[in-house]
Amino acid sequence: FIKNFIDHYSGEGARAVPLAGHVGFDSMPDQLVNKSVNHGFCFNILCVGETGLGKSTLMDTLFNTKFEGEPTQHNQPGVTLKSNTYELQESNVRLKLTVVNTVGFGDQINKEDSYKSIVEFIDAQFEAYLQEELKIKRTLHSYHDTRIHACLYFIAPTGHSLKSLDLVTMKKLDSKVNIIPIVAKSDAISKSELAKFKIKITSELVSNGVQIYQFPTDDESVAEINSTMNSHLPFAVVGSTEEVKIGNKMVKARQYPWGTVQVENENHCDFVKLREMLIRVNMEDLREQTHTRHYELYRRCKLEEMGFKDTDPDSKPFSLQETYEAKRNEFMGELQKKEEEMRQMFVQRVKEKEAELKEAEKELHEKFDRLKKLHQDEKKKLEEKKKSLDDELNTFKQKKMAAELLLTQAQQAGGSTTLKRDKERKK
Amino acid sequence: MSDSAKSHHLNPHGKGDKTHASDFSYVGIDAILEQMRRKAMKQGFELNIMVVGQSGLGKSTLMNTLFKSKVSRKSVLPDPEERIPKTIEIKSISHDIEEKGVRMKLTVIDTPGFGDQINNENCWQPIMKFINDQYEAYLQEEININRKKRIPDSRVHCCIYFIPPTGHCLRPLDLEFMRRLSKVVNIVPVIAKADTLTLEERDHFKQTIREELRANGIDVYPQKEFDEDSDDRMINDKIREMIPFAVVGSDQEYQVNGKRILGRKTKWGTIEVENIGHCEFAYLRDLLIRTHMQNIKDITGSIHYETYRVRRLNESNILFTAHPPEHPTPGTKQSQTYNLFTCTNPHCGDWEEDLNSNF
Repeated sequence: FIKNFIDHYSGEGARAVPLAGHVGFDSMPDQLVNKSVNHGFCFNILCVGETGLGKSTLMDTLFNTKFEGEPTQHNQPGVTLKSNTYELQESNVRLKLTVVNTVGFGDQINKEDSYKSIVEFIDAQFEAYLQEELKIKRTLHSYHDTRIHACLYFIAPTGHSLKSLDLVTMKKLDSKVNIIPIVAKSDAISKSELAKFKIKITSELVSNGVQIYQFPTDDESVAEINSTMNSHLPFAVVGSTEEVKIGNKMVKARQYPWGTVQVENENHCDFVKLREMLIRVNMEDLREQTHTRHYELYRRCKLEEMGFKDTDPDSKPFSLQETYEAKRNEFMGELQKKEEEMRQMFVQRVKEKEAELKEAEKELHEKFDRLKKLHQDEKKKLEEKKKSLDDELNTFKQKKMAAELLLTQAQQAGGSTTLKRDKERKK
Repeated sequence: MSDSAKSHHLNPHGKGDKTHASDFSYVGIDAILEQMRRKAMKQGFELNIMVVGQSGLGKSTLMNTLFKSKVSRKSVLPDPEERIPKTIEIKSISHDIEEKGVRMKLTVIDTPGFGDQINNENCWQPIMKFINDQYEAYLQEEININRKKRIPDSRVHCCIYFIPPTGHCLRPLDLEFMRRLSKVVNIVPVIAKADTLTLEERDHFKQTIREELRANGIDVYPQKEFDEDSDDRMINDKIREMIPFAVVGSDQEYQVNGKRILGRKTKWGTIEVENIGHCEFAYLRDLLIRTHMQNIKDITGSIHYETYRVRRLNESNILFTAHPPEHPTPGTKQSQTYNLFTCTNPHCGDWEEDLNSNF
């Protein structure tokens, strides 16, 4: 029954009927727009480019505000991404703008891994959204979408060709984000050099298979302007927040001794084109492409990586769930196995340590026994010595007594002088 | 990761158009409204309305009157016998209509047989099942790996419930149906064939109905708990004081005061459908189509559908939790959020650390 129903909905059963009067659902676009206005919009731009190419200045110029931040140093050990969120308001539209900057891009000696932190950052935003979408109790309606809608890639104005870092980075990013390449600080290149530079860049991008964002040409109201602009890519921009007086007006410009580069003069640079395309014409399309193309691709890859498959039209059950369950049981089984392994290893190590300790104990005991024996031997020896000493002493005493006895006898028998002499002799 | 948002006011006045090279303080963010409008016009809109009520209450006529064309089931599948079906059938017809460049795919879902049997027990079940089946279909599309760019929306956005104009109070069938279905779909109750009630009878009837709905805890559209802010509440409170709308439908035109208007001609006068002094059809039309259509769809998508999704994902799997319980108790349903991609055992890392540090 559901299958039939879905067929019904794919347009096969719908008939076109004319209306006999004004019904009023032509207000639907207004209702939709009002809801969005109440809700607010969000837009996230990633600026990729070497330090010193004017990324922050361009953002300030584009959005006519002084965003915070100081120019970064050139001695970063790796590429980090710093993001700042601002709430802008124009008439009744509230925009939550997030600007992400690549800090330290291009400053390292070895730049092989530079693109990695950028890719990781973009993926992390997709991941966060995916996790929210997969939650049981989710609040997608009020979720702050941090996925990158547009990536402005700043190309250094060398005038020759793209650097290999640029090609590698853009190739890694083109399936994850809408890339809009721009030539930064383009007031450093002359007009003729710029034309050649643009052609070279475009051909290098094409020959390396880098997919940059194309402004959409399927809606007639904007098809013409978008296709014209597509041919002007990459935009050669100049940014400035300083104002200079030209004629009787104050305009944003950069003043040099030889002249003034006006930011909003289309003869001087493509800033106006960039602003037109990025903000005034295609902001919604950038958001939609991010969601329906880049995010879906990420989601599909991630889920397939986990081993999920779609149901075929014949099978009925809630396949994602079953596969998840199976995966989970597998995972739990592995986890238990790991636990077991760890437990066994733990037990093993304890045993080993115990054995070690026992060894040590035994050694100690032996040592103790040896020492004790030594001690006893010593003691014995000493005692023997003492004994022999005592014996000597006794013998001496006896001799002494005998001598004294003799002396007393001699004294009793006769003269004392001979005794004395004998005594002395005896001594 | 990101610092707290700072507020910048770019240009408090000056909406501007595209040619404003001199006004350099204008950025052009508000052009996104135009971009959205263009996109919406290109995509078109979808609306699915279900009508529920006993036969003979003028459901088909009202649909035709609302959309000023033959969109009802009877106009499309004419039934010469006008039989009442033995069981409830669910019939849906889709139409592509267009007005001032805005294209809409309207689907009218009719439920012939509802409330017509002698024993009407569980007559809401096929309808509940139908509504849930649409949520299920949408959910299945949503969880596919390869998803369609635009998931076709067949979910019932609004269910118009026709109350017979008895003038007394709601019948048990009405209460039972509305109680059950107000939890899964937006219900808009209307008093059908209101030309049989005088104005006093009508007001009294409406008041009784409102009280009964309140006493039974039935929340019909616009639901009080979904008011977003005080502006919303103010507008919706006014509507809540007027529902249910007492409507009269007609697809026949008559000449009144030199104008051709839709009405019902009787011997004692002609009832003008779009005259708010006669009946409240215009209010219903304005609510459903001109002012609250987007809101109705939003509530269906972000509240009713999400409720169904939560229930569905929970009931299929007890293990759908972020932390596997140490001593799992069978039969517990935990509706915590789950995280598909991260390691779920919090102890693994600790043990490893201990092992390594002690030896």
